[in-house]
Amino acid sequence: MLGCYSRMVEAGSFVDHSSLRSIQVAGFFWFFTSQSQHFFFLFKMSRRYDSRTTIFSPEGRLYQVEYAMEAIGNAGSAIGILSKDGVVLVGEKKVTSKLLQTSTSTEKMYKIDDHIACAVAGIMSDANILINTARVQAQRYTFSYQEPMPVEQLVQSLCDTKQGYTQFGGLRPFGVSFLFAGWDKNYGFQLYMSDPSGNYGGWKAAAIGANNQAAQSMLKQDYKDDISREEAVQLALKVLSKTMDSTSLTSDKLELAEVFLSSSGKVKYQVCTPDALSKMLVKYGVTQPPAEA
Amino acid sequence: MECVFGMVGKDFALVVADSSAVNSILVHKSNEDKIMVLDSHKLMGASGEAGDRAQFTEYVQKNVSLYQYRNNIPLTTKAAANFMRGELATALRKNPYMVNIVLAGYDKETGPSLYFIDYIATLHKVDKAAFGYGSYFALSMMDRHYHPNMTVDEAIKLADQCIEEIRSRLVVAPQNFIIKIVDKDGAREHSWRRTTKD
Repeated sequence: MLGCYSRMVEAGSFVDHSSLRSIQVAGFFWFFTSQSQHFFFLFKMSRRYDSRTTIFSPEGRLYQVEYAMEAIGNAGSAIGILSKDGVVLVGEKKVTSKLLQTSTSTEKMYKIDDHIACAVAGIMSDANILINTARVQAQRYTFSYQEPMPVEQLVQSLCDTKQGYTQFGGLRPFGVSFLFAGWDKNYGFQLYMSDPSGNYGGWKAAAIGANNQAAQSMLKQDYKDDISREEAVQLALKVLSKTMDSTSLTSDKLELAEVFLSSSGKVKYQVCTPDALSKMLVKYGVTQPPAEA
Repeated sequence: MECVFGMVGKDFALVVADSSAVNSILVHKSNEDKIMVLDSHKLMGASGEAGDRAQFTEYVQKNVSLYQYRNNIPLTTKAAANFMRGELATALRKNPYMVNIVLAGYDKETGPSLYFIDYIATLHKVDKAAFGYGSYFALSMMDRHYHPNMTVDEAIKLADQCIEEIRSRLVVAPQNFIIKIVDKDGAREHSWRRTTKD
């Protein structure tokens, strides 16, 4: 303990006389050497600007918000694709242990209202809070206006909540990114992506979670306007299979949900069953059919 | 005394209101506009306590435009009607607004529509509606002569018949009336029916 203390003092005095550049250098060092001395460089120095979400660093960054985004980079990924007749969401279920009872319902896809669903990447406990607020908002809107809430309004209200945690109260931001899929009478099918900072945008195809950049660039290459829903499912599964760490894609590691208009013209949210998903994976050549036992 | 009524035609809706500002037995003014243009395609005819009417119609109007600024899409007539109903219902158990509303609007998807909303937060979607003492005559007249798919000319003629009946049968009939109309081209003033100069 005493050793630690003296090191902190040492590091502290260094910081006081150093420029910002050296803060970054210290962070850089810590990556390559795990020596405790360097750790304390980082600890003491970054502490100045990242211990509170509400404080900008001199470079104009909010570290806590960036760390929250980092947390999502490790989470199971999700991909959303907008097609002309619906929106497709696929998600990677992380199987953390063989002993874990995989839930029969979805764990990454949530229905928010009759016409809106979302996929989550990040800290699930945080996500549950936000999903609850989203559902409350959607119901509150229908209570006020007797009409379904426009998709962007719901996304915006949720992002306002997220933004609040990057500015007020000394609390940490939500470590969650969302993909929202929905339909409304004004803009038809829509896909939105949001991050912990409270930013959101409408997308034709988007990816969140682990390897989202690789997935995003694959989507950019392969996405075509006027893609059908079936093609969108195929593309989403292909991209996910290539960006996921595990070699073979099976239905127990996947979730697939779609938002589309049924023949009666009503918005429908449909989750693909594991059996149908297995067949689809084989059909699209993403996995080999299971060998006869 | 007060008369506010409205009806839905083929591809429009219209609202008629008297324009008297009355206090006790005195008429203060005979050119008071009781039909607020809520937004580009909505008319809100209101009767009731003068102060509450001004307060509530303006409150709703400002909320409707706030919604439009925030979301870049207009509120549908149905949504606006339900919003008003909600506001009246919350106020009802605290400090109620004494206002009755005839809301007319035109939406792209649904066409013209008319809503009946009273101060105890009743909401009905109707073809014809009326409030105030004039409603006894206006409703009877519309019951007899109204039919769906009326043209503007037919509806104005019916409105004139209602006004005529109110003027000849109601002891405390107001002097002047204003007619406003809403269709695909928007909400606007149609004409006045005057018996006295302002």
